[in-house]
Amino acid sequence: MLRAIDWTIMVVYFVFVLGIGALLKRHVKTSTDFFLAGRSIPAWVAGLAFLSANLGAQEVIGMGASGAKYGIATSHFYWIGAIPAMVFVGVFMMPFYYGSRARSVPEYLRLRFDEKTRGLNAVSFALMTLFSSGISMYAMAKLIQILHIFDTPFVWAGLPQSWIFHFSLVISAVVVLGYILLGGLTSAIYNEVVQFFLIVAGFLPLVWLGLKNVGGWSGLKATLNPTYTHSWMGMGSAHTNRLGVEWFGLTMGLGFVLSFGYWCTDFLVIQRAMAANSMNSARCTPLIAAFPKMLFPFLVILPGLIAIALPTQNLAGLAGPHSATILQGAGLIPAKVDALGQPVRDQDGLVQLDYDLATPNMLLHYFPTGILGLGLTALLASFMSGMAGNVTAFNTVWTYDIYQSYINPTASDEHYLWMGRMATIFGIALSVAAAYMATRFNNIMDMLQLVFAFVNAPLFATFLLGMFWKRSTGHGAFTGLLTGTIGAALHHALTLPQGAVPGVKGGWIATLHVYPSEMAQNFWTAIYAWTTCFLITIAVSWLTRPHEEKELVGLVYSLTERPQQQDLRWYQRPAVLAVVVLAATALLNIVFR
Amino acid sequence: MGLDIRLPIGLLFSILGGLLIAYGALSDVAIYQRSLGININLTWGIVMLLFGAVMLALGRRGTKL
Repeated sequence: MLRAIDWTIMVVYFVFVLGIGALLKRHVKTSTDFFLAGRSIPAWVAGLAFLSANLGAQEVIGMGASGAKYGIATSHFYWIGAIPAMVFVGVFMMPFYYGSRARSVPEYLRLRFDEKTRGLNAVSFALMTLFSSGISMYAMAKLIQILHIFDTPFVWAGLPQSWIFHFSLVISAVVVLGYILLGGLTSAIYNEVVQFFLIVAGFLPLVWLGLKNVGGWSGLKATLNPTYTHSWMGMGSAHTNRLGVEWFGLTMGLGFVLSFGYWCTDFLVIQRAMAANSMNSARCTPLIAAFPKMLFPFLVILPGLIAIALPTQNLAGLAGPHSATILQGAGLIPAKVDALGQPVRDQDGLVQLDYDLATPNMLLHYFPTGILGLGLTALLASFMSGMAGNVTAFNTVWTYDIYQSYINPTASDEHYLWMGRMATIFGIALSVAAAYMATRFNNIMDMLQLVFAFVNAPLFATFLLGMFWKRSTGHGAFTGLLTGTIGAALHHALTLPQGAVPGVKGGWIATLHVYPSEMAQNFWTAIYAWTTCFLITIAVSWLTRPHEEKELVGLVYSLTERPQQQDLRWYQRPAVLAVVVLAATALLNIVFR
Repeated sequence: MGLDIRLPIGLLFSILGGLLIAYGALSDVAIYQRSLGININLTWGIVMLLFGAVMLALGRRGTKL
C-alpha cells in the first residue's frame, strides 16, 4: 500500500524531530533549561505549543469520530468548551502563574495554600499524565495495526504480523524519549510547533478534496439530516439534539466546569505558557492558541461529517473488516464487528458504527501515494505531540513537586537536572506499561479514567477561590478538593445514562435519576463536583485561620499589581486579543447555529 | 533559545514540498482518480514549498514576531 515516497516523507520527518533535539542539547545546562525551557520562548511559539500539546490522538481521531456521530455540534467542544477558558486563563490567571515564579501548577498551590493541597494535586496529576500518555501510545499502536502501515515491511523482513503492535509502541516511545532527553521542554515545544504545522498540512488538503467532492458546505447541508449541520438546533431539550444534552448542562458542565478545569489548571498546557519569555508573552500564549483552536473544527470535525455524508461504498482497501458486513456501515464508516464477524447491534437492533475509523478512512479514500505518506505522518505527529506533552509535564511535577519536596530537598541543581532525565526514562517506561495494561484489562482502564474524572472535576473551584478570594485557606482548599471528588463519585453512583446497566457507567449505589445520555451524566457530575468543592472551600475557609496578607502578594488578585501595558502595541495586548477571539467565536456560533 | 524554530520548519516544509512536487510530476495520472482527478501531490507540494520558503526567509532575516 505505502510506496518509497511515503516512507521517505515519514523518515524525513523523524530525522527532523530527533535533529531538533540534538541541536538543542548544548543549550540545556540547568534544570530551568530542561523543565521550563529557560523561560525564553517567544509568545507565538509558546502559543502553538500550547495548542499542539493538547492535540493528542483523542483530538484528531476522536473529533472526526464525533463529527460523524454528532455532526457540527461537536464544535461545542471548541467554541464553548475551550475558547472562553483559554481567554480567561490568559487574561486573568496567567499573572499569578507566571508572576509568582512557581515552576509548576502544584507549586502554585503550595505558595497559595499549603503543602497538603500541593501534594494531593501533584500525585494525582503525575499518575494521570502517565496514564494518558499510555492510552495515547496504545491508540497509536492499534491504529498503525488497523491501517496496515507496517504490514509490507514486516513481510519483507520475515517478521510475524503480531509484532507490529509491540514495534509501534517501542518506536514511538524511543522517538519521544530521544528528543525530550536531548533538549527537554524546549525540544518538546519546538517539536510541538513543527507538529502543529504538519497536522495542518496533512489535513487541509483532505478537507479541501472532501468538501469539493460533496459540493461544499451547502452540499453537506443538502445531503445530511439538518441535526448534523446545526450546532444549536434542538438544544432546548436533551431529547431533541444529537448530543443528548440540554443547553444548561452543556454551557455549565462543559463550557464552565470541565473546560475551565482543564485549560486553566492542567499543567500540561500551563507549562507551555510558564516557559514564555515575559509576563506579557505568557498571557498572550493561550490567546494566540485560541485563534487556530477556533478554526480547528473545520480541520478535524469536517472529515467525520464528510465521511458519513458520502454514499455508502465498498470499503475494500480501506481500514476495517473486509467482509459483507461492511455494507451495513454508512458512508466510509464500517460497522463494528464482534468476534464472530457479525455486526454489533444496540438494544434497538441498529447496527453500531466504528466511528473512530472515519478520519483514517478519509485519508485512505482521498489520498494517493505521496500525499498519503504526509497524511499518515501528520496522524503520527498528533499522537507524539500528545505523548510528549504528558511526559514533559510528568518529569517536571515528579522532580520539583514530589522528588525535591518529599524525597531529596537539598541536592544541587545538577542533580535535579539528572533526575529530570531519569524521570523522562521511567515515565515513558511506565507509559508503555500502562499501554499494555490497556490491551489486557479494559475494565481497569475505564475505572481509572473515571477516578481521574472525579479528581479533576472540582479543581477549578479551588483555583478560582485561591486567585480571587484572599480569605480562602489551605484547609478549605484541601477539604474542598476531597469533598468535591467524593461529590462527583456520589453523583455518578446515584445516576445512570439511559439504556446502561449499573456498574462502571454509574448507578453502583442506587439509580435515583436517569440521564438521556452519557455525555449529559458526565457534564452534571462535573457540575455537582464543582459546586460541592466551591461551597465547602468557602465554609471551611471561614472556620479556619486566614493567611497573612503579605504572604499572598503576587498570588491573589486583590493584592497584586496589574501588569503594565503602556509600551505594548495594540495587537500585543491580551485584552485586545481576548475581545477579538471572543467576538470571532460568537460569530462562528451564529453562522453555524 | 539559540535556534530559531522557523529555520527547521522552513527546511522541513521545503524538503517535503520538493519531494511531493517531484513525485507529482513523475507519477502516473491514474493514481489521481481517488483525489478527484487533481494532481494533489503537485498542487500541495507547491503550497508546502512556498510556505517553507517564507519560513526560511523570515528565519534568516531574524524578523521578530
